[in-house]
Amino acid sequence: MTTLTDPPKESFRLSMLIYDTRYRSMTIQVVAMFGFMLLAAWLINNTITNLNALGKPVEFGFLGEPASYDINQRLLDYTSRDTHLRASLLGLLNTLVVAALGCITATILGVLIGVLRLSNNWIVARIMTVYIEMFRNVPVLLWIVLVMAFLIEGLPAPREFRGDDATASMILNETVAITNRGVYVPEFLFSRPLGDISLLGTSSLRFDVSLELIVLVLVFAAGLYVSGRIGRYADRTQEQTGERPVVWYWRLAVVVIPFAIVSWMLGLHLGYPALKGFNFQGGTHLRNSLIALWLALSLYTAAFIAEIVRAGILAISKGQTEAAGALGLRPNRIMSLVVLPQALRVIIPPLISNYLNLTKNSSLAIAVGYMDITGTLGGITMNQTGRELESILLLMAVYLTISLSISVVMNWYNNKVKLVER
Amino acid sequence: MAEKSFVRMEMLPEQAPPASSVGVIGWVRANLFSSWFNSILTVISIYFIWRVLAGILPWVFLSVWDADSLAGCREVIAANWPGAESAEHACWAVINERWLQLLYGFYPPELYWRPNLAIILLFVALAPVLFADRVPRKLLYVTMVYPFLMPWLLWGGTIWGPLMAAAGFVIGFYVIKILSDEIGALSAMIVGVLATVTWWLGAGPAVADALSGTLPIGIEAVESRKFGGFMLSVLIGVVAIGVSLPIGIVLALGRQSDLLIVKGICVGFIEFIRGVPLITLLFVASTLLNIFLPPGTNFDIILRVMIMVTLFAAAYMAEVIRGGLAALPKGQYEGADSLGLDYWQSQRLIIMPQALKISIPGIVSTFIGIFKDTTLVSIIGLLDPLGLANAIRADAAWNGVYWELFAFIALLFFVFCFSMSRYSMYLERKLQTDHR
Repeated sequence: MTTLTDPPKESFRLSMLIYDTRYRSMTIQVVAMFGFMLLAAWLINNTITNLNALGKPVEFGFLGEPASYDINQRLLDYTSRDTHLRASLLGLLNTLVVAALGCITATILGVLIGVLRLSNNWIVARIMTVYIEMFRNVPVLLWIVLVMAFLIEGLPAPREFRGDDATASMILNETVAITNRGVYVPEFLFSRPLGDISLLGTSSLRFDVSLELIVLVLVFAAGLYVSGRIGRYADRTQEQTGERPVVWYWRLAVVVIPFAIVSWMLGLHLGYPALKGFNFQGGTHLRNSLIALWLALSLYTAAFIAEIVRAGILAISKGQTEAAGALGLRPNRIMSLVVLPQALRVIIPPLISNYLNLTKNSSLAIAVGYMDITGTLGGITMNQTGRELESILLLMAVYLTISLSISVVMNWYNNKVKLVER
Repeated sequence: MAEKSFVRMEMLPEQAPPASSVGVIGWVRANLFSSWFNSILTVISIYFIWRVLAGILPWVFLSVWDADSLAGCREVIAANWPGAESAEHACWAVINERWLQLLYGFYPPELYWRPNLAIILLFVALAPVLFADRVPRKLLYVTMVYPFLMPWLLWGGTIWGPLMAAAGFVIGFYVIKILSDEIGALSAMIVGVLATVTWWLGAGPAVADALSGTLPIGIEAVESRKFGGFMLSVLIGVVAIGVSLPIGIVLALGRQSDLLIVKGICVGFIEFIRGVPLITLLFVASTLLNIFLPPGTNFDIILRVMIMVTLFAAAYMAEVIRGGLAALPKGQYEGADSLGLDYWQSQRLIIMPQALKISIPGIVSTFIGIFKDTTLVSIIGLLDPLGLANAIRADAAWNGVYWELFAFIALLFFVFCFSMSRYSMYLERKLQTDHR
């Protein structure tokens, strides 16, 4: 008669670390961790040895030294006696400026081209296809230098605007001058200014906030808030009575009228550029480098956005539109309530990653001499001080921060619009 | 009395559609003039096309091919087309004179056959991978040899270096093959990898030195700084594309795995690389990479750039492949498990073929992106086509030539990138197995 015996008692053998699936993952992880730390230690050790041999240990004191180079396109006051830190700050602002401008124009252009590519007009659709293929298949750096060359070579010099036999003239009712030294646009001026508030004293991060601007923004925001309240009142009335009161002119008035009155009180007017001496004076001077980068990045990214928009629109099945029509919705309501919310779910994530790409591509500013963060911190500051490690670490940290912030926004949006599945 | 009624007993023959809805007229009406708004768009578009072509075609075709400087071009233009501005006619003479430089950089002209052979062999090596069903499988041997042949052809020097590098793989392969019956697949793999690495770091270079001392077989060496032009772009692009795909697959698997530490390392690497612009990584290549390595290490800038571009490409590739992995239904993983396949078998036989198929469009667009991004090396001073364009303009004879150079470079890139994207469409169609 057989008896049921206990299974042989397992003793731990070393080979089980590899062959037993219970332990194998632990083994692999420990080995990976060990290998990674070894690699990191080796790299850091090499770096320290090399830097000591070169006689420049890692320190960030160079940021406080005078930069002694000029930044011609800038948002804050800056002289070449300011520190490297301030130069980097201005560079960062320039990066953000060109990224924001580029994202806006790229979106407008991209949506337009994407929609036109789906047009039932054969010739328009073909033109848009040619545009998209042309821009997507040629490097963005080539577009940037090409636009820059066009601005310098193809546009009239300021002296051609002079005299009775001028060969060039200002556009938009003599307000905008497009020259080969940049574009001059009107600027906003206040004849009864309230003054500035200087923040952070005289440190490298100091900046002035103009009070007029704050007042105008506050008035505008308050107007929007009141307008929103009126809209909610209309919604409530509609829910209670079924009749929607006509309030759109009220909503418009509370935004526009106070804003207009305050602007008039502050003496808001435009300062126009005018030809004085050899160059234009007055107005805001947008340098060629900014225009070239802005234009090239917008045109290039617009081709990608157009494809995203097209894919998003095609992704919504026709049944959705027809079902909404069967419910009795009017075409514009179908678009805003049914098609767009679904299309945006497809469009927005890749759109934001294209914004991210545009921001990263703006580092190519260095090719046309636009002083963004790569041109200041990663360019002249690095070459002047010889602090490659520190400069590049800071540069990467800045870009990582921008990228990760955009990623956070994207994840938040994705979670918000995600289909709730069972 | 029955009333007479008329009932048609046979079908009427179909009538031809009205002339206005078929043929050229019908097509034009449907596609160009279907409404007044469309008609306006059509007219505007035709006017736009006419303006563009009227500007570009005379510039391209009524042009100067023979001149030795921009001033020479302008003289010819003034003689041939009196009254025309010089900007209205292209000066292709610059391309005529410098196209070899734009293609090969400063590579010695008598050795041009080597890059030429390398690119022909590249297509031979790619053929069994790209068009698997149309060419004999035997060609795969060329594919396996190519990674060692290509550097030797381009850089020249002794043949023993690449041979010994290849020998490392052969040694590793046989170690794994022999030992896997003895001590199991995983241990054999580890021992094999260790053997290969030991060979490369220790015995290999010594044997190569000894052999090249006794048996000096080799071709003329070419220094890296002579590399340039489109050849450099293709070289960096091909290496980055080829190496980044396997690294990307490993990173994607790491990111999808349950092993926390492995996953953490992979996520950190991918997010870091994707978060910074390529230009900062190229700065690392040009200034910092030597600092990270043991004192005294100094290897050439092209290799450093290739390493950084490869890492950059690998991070993007990993995300594309992760998308493919995530798109696979869970049943595929469970099905593979239920067949009793282990992790690597199920990856190799079930998961990866499908995941890679799904990610083809993404992989190819990453390839195109990487290839276009190789132009960034001009910023750190390498002479890729854009860098050479600046160098050519620095020559007094060609100072002021912009459009001809840009057009030529743009055309080169366009041809490569456009054909890559067309190939991806072909592959997508070929691999489509669902019936939609």
